[in-house]
Amino acid sequence: MLIFQHSRPGRRARAQAPKEKAGLDAIPEQFLRRSRPRLPEVSELQAVRHYTRLSQKNFSIDTQFYPLGSCTMKYNPRGANRLAMLPGFLARHPLAPESHSQGFLSAMHELQEILAKVTGMAAVSLAPMAGAQGEFAGVAMIRAYHQARGDGGRTEILVPDAAHGTNPASAVMCGYRVREIPTLAEGDVDLEALRRALGPQTAGIMLTNPSTLGVFERHIATIAEMVHEAGGLLYYDGANLNAILGRVRPGDMGFDVIHVNLHKTFSTPHGGGGPGAGPVGVGERLAPYLPVPLVDFDGHDYRLLTEKERPESIGRLSAFAGNAGVLLRAYVYAKMLGAEGMRRVADYSTLNANYLMKRLRAAGFTPAYPSRRATHEFIITLKQEAKELGVNAMDFAKRLLDLGMHAPTTYFPLLVPECFLIEPTETEAKETLDAFVEAMVRIREEAREAPEKVKGAPWTLPVRRLDDVRAAREPDLKWEPPA
Amino acid sequence: MSEIPDDLRYTATHEWARDEGDGIAAVGITDHAQELLGDLVFVELPEPGTDVAAGGECGVVESVKAASDVYSPLDGEVVEVNEALADSPEGINEAPYENWIFKVKMADPAQLEALLDAAAYAEAVEAEEH
Amino acid sequence: MPFIPHTEEELRQMLETIGVAAIDDLFDEIPAALRARSLEGIGPGLSEMEISRLMQEKARQDGQPLCFIGAGAYDHHVPAAVWEIATRGEFYTAYTPYQAEASQGTLQLLYEYQTMMAELMAMEVSNASLYDGASALAEAVLMAVRANRGSKSKRVLIPRSVHPAYRATVRTIVRNQGIELEELPYDAGSGHTDLEALEGHAGEDFAALIVPQPNFFGVLEPADPMAEVAAANGWLTIALVNPLAMALLKPPGEWGGAGADIACGDGQPLGAPLSSGGPYFGFLCTRQKLVRQMPGRLVGRTRDLEGREGFTLTLQAREQHIRRSKATSNICTNQGLMVTAATLHMALLGAEGLARTAAACHANLGRLVEKLTALEGIEPRFAGPAFHESVLKLPMEVAGVLRTLAAHNILGGYDLQRDYPELENCLLVCATESRTDEDLEKYAVNLERVLASRRQGACATMVRFDL
Repeated sequence: MLIFQHSRPGRRARAQAPKEKAGLDAIPEQFLRRSRPRLPEVSELQAVRHYTRLSQKNFSIDTQFYPLGSCTMKYNPRGANRLAMLPGFLARHPLAPESHSQGFLSAMHELQEILAKVTGMAAVSLAPMAGAQGEFAGVAMIRAYHQARGDGGRTEILVPDAAHGTNPASAVMCGYRVREIPTLAEGDVDLEALRRALGPQTAGIMLTNPSTLGVFERHIATIAEMVHEAGGLLYYDGANLNAILGRVRPGDMGFDVIHVNLHKTFSTPHGGGGPGAGPVGVGERLAPYLPVPLVDFDGHDYRLLTEKERPESIGRLSAFAGNAGVLLRAYVYAKMLGAEGMRRVADYSTLNANYLMKRLRAAGFTPAYPSRRATHEFIITLKQEAKELGVNAMDFAKRLLDLGMHAPTTYFPLLVPECFLIEPTETEAKETLDAFVEAMVRIREEAREAPEKVKGAPWTLPVRRLDDVRAAREPDLKWEPPA
Repeated sequence: MSEIPDDLRYTATHEWARDEGDGIAAVGITDHAQELLGDLVFVELPEPGTDVAAGGECGVVESVKAASDVYSPLDGEVVEVNEALADSPEGINEAPYENWIFKVKMADPAQLEALLDAAAYAEAVEAEEH
Repeated sequence: MPFIPHTEEELRQMLETIGVAAIDDLFDEIPAALRARSLEGIGPGLSEMEISRLMQEKARQDGQPLCFIGAGAYDHHVPAAVWEIATRGEFYTAYTPYQAEASQGTLQLLYEYQTMMAELMAMEVSNASLYDGASALAEAVLMAVRANRGSKSKRVLIPRSVHPAYRATVRTIVRNQGIELEELPYDAGSGHTDLEALEGHAGEDFAALIVPQPNFFGVLEPADPMAEVAAANGWLTIALVNPLAMALLKPPGEWGGAGADIACGDGQPLGAPLSSGGPYFGFLCTRQKLVRQMPGRLVGRTRDLEGREGFTLTLQAREQHIRRSKATSNICTNQGLMVTAATLHMALLGAEGLARTAAACHANLGRLVEKLTALEGIEPRFAGPAFHESVLKLPMEVAGVLRTLAAHNILGGYDLQRDYPELENCLLVCATESRTDEDLEKYAVNLERVLASRRQGACATMVRFDL
């Protein structure tokens, strides 16, 4: 039932709006709205109950194992939420003067420093509001750099064929053409193809390392050398930073610019799809182009630097200073981990992934890259199961939901047929991983003995499989009251 | 195995073309292409009057999980588009060779003959699957 | 080891299963030269108690001044239930609803949000949100350039009365695609867009015209005639509006006969705390026929195998994970949690509650302006009707006045001269429904004192000069 169906004319949550109805004498008639928008008219209890019940129809980290590859669905500490929502932080106006901002700005400045250190970059801007915006900012800085040097002939960004869709989309938003580089059978970038693709038209390359295939790019140092030699720059997509946090720094791998997904590695909540935060870090030569605002400290006071102090900046990405509340949560998390804790993130996420891969392999499932170590995630392909049992990766995914686990990422990356990209994260206990293996084995058994049980899944959730074709052919995007 | 009528010409990117007379060719996507895409939910038609080059983008077909550009097999001008597909993209799934997407006034009718014939296209499909 | 559950014994068993001696061995594919040295400078980890203490101190340090700044972020009452429910783990720690059957809560909520937002804007379709108002405006510009098939130009008209930081953001985001932004002046007397200047562009090729309502000065724009000029010239109209104001003001869908083509803005007034500028959320609505040009997530209602109603992400072929380099935008997520709050906020207030809130803001602004313009030397700068903020001209430089007020724990407004050099001594003030009569009085009394003391200071200086 929709909230609109609880609505009755004249019903209201009366405590929530001003008691008096003020007049609008000063506003001429032609500016005024003539009819009321059809918003729900419900009591406070009705709204609370409706949305509480809706929440119960979701899977979430707090309620289920959520091994969604490439998304780093680890525990989001409650302490970070509570402290970011201290009344003083919530009430601070974004344009409050420096005299009333030193506490907030000091946290932001320290976060900049922490992120710079842990990624091996010279400077960090917290401005981007999501990973994709960080990518945009990063590529825009690459463009600004080439332009400032009068090197305008560089029109192409290279992207591995296994990259996230945001990489090519971000490059295009920055006015670049995209050229895809193939991947070799063991998951590394094809260096020969890269060599052929590089040239005076190359502005840069966007890489994720560990790659989206769940393996570490072993030739990264060579790649960096080749791209730099061709005059291009290297962009690090921080989607998989969790795998190497404190172990390897993108700056040491030769990257010139990076973004970090704080909602992944720094455990800020995914919130049903945002808000995220995608701070960008750069080496010295890109530092002038960082997006504003930046937090500066003169040894005495903290202040925000804007376009005025940073004339070469690519500019602003939001009305104010990015997703401050998300940044505060990441700050709390980083402070709680400390240097040792960060390293343990990489250690234990890698341990969990390798353990789970080993156990699934022992149970007869097929890793996509059997000769490679897992990083914080790995891929299995259910191609064989699909062929022999007629049950595909989507069916396995849906049946896992019945068994009380969120499915891994399915059908990404596109290079591997019938794939599951599995990322258990460091915050899951061994028995949860063991239970996942048991669930996979059970589903395979069911597929042999009663395949309809798997193909028809899920059975136990609020809805069965949905008709996506109908949804797209006859889009129903807004509720209309019955005529 | 998908259907590949003998009387049509094909491209390696899975378009078909049919001679409609008067230097005009109708273009659609093949049975194999619609099978790969699955249930189509939207067809983006080119604008009539656009000049197209062989191999150039000329419309998009979308399913729930994929989107694919349609390439013109021929040089020429788009003279007509199949408006019916706007409301019923499933026509392509049901009868891919009846539901053409656009018609081209060919700049060089000899190009049509140079496209793949049914046997050559069948081979291309075969090769792709292995 | 915060948040890591492994016991020593489990660690041993797991390593044994994998077949390695130590965790270090799991990193053996990484060239030794690349392995990080210590993370020098990042201190030791803190317990929750320790970090709590630190954060409380930082929050306290910034105080809680009495705020009369608006300028794109507004201090409204948010019902307690909004964030109590939005931060339930099932909303807070879920991700993008890729597995629709396991995400019906988020999906249905987004469908309800889309309905509410489209209603508020009187538009046909809303997406599931973008990052913030400024980036939503940039996306609207990109969308308009794509969608306006009749226009060959990549030029868009943007009034100078649009928030300066929004204009800057749009520039950053669209610049690299060769899109040109042509600024329109505002009328010096009324503070709204100069209609003559707009009409002067008649016959030129633009993809779109942006119409802010209210504009950055709080002044109401002549949205109807502006939208009509746009329609007559084949430009799309992009409405940039305050969603709370739309509870009272004519919504974009009704502007100029045919309505705006795209409506966007910042959703902060609908349940997001000020929170230093974010996270807020951007909204974007449009006509049904332009929906495939829309950026961002969309949720549709459909049926399941048994014919039951259900919700799913739809029209995804527009998006980066399918279209890659040909996507409508690189946007991946929306601002889900903020939209969860906004949906709750709109449900709790309803049309009546939002209208009352908006009217109370307007009335409070009227009272504030009355009190402040009663002081010697202060006058309203613009003659046009305003919504919940307004421009005042002070008898002296604004920056100094604001500094002194801040020392008395009052944030007096926004110094317009920073962005509009011609608006010398002009101050943008805002009063929402959450300012009481006492607050307004306190501001007036303090401002009077500050003006007086600074005048004296100035006189004293002059006296010294005279000597």
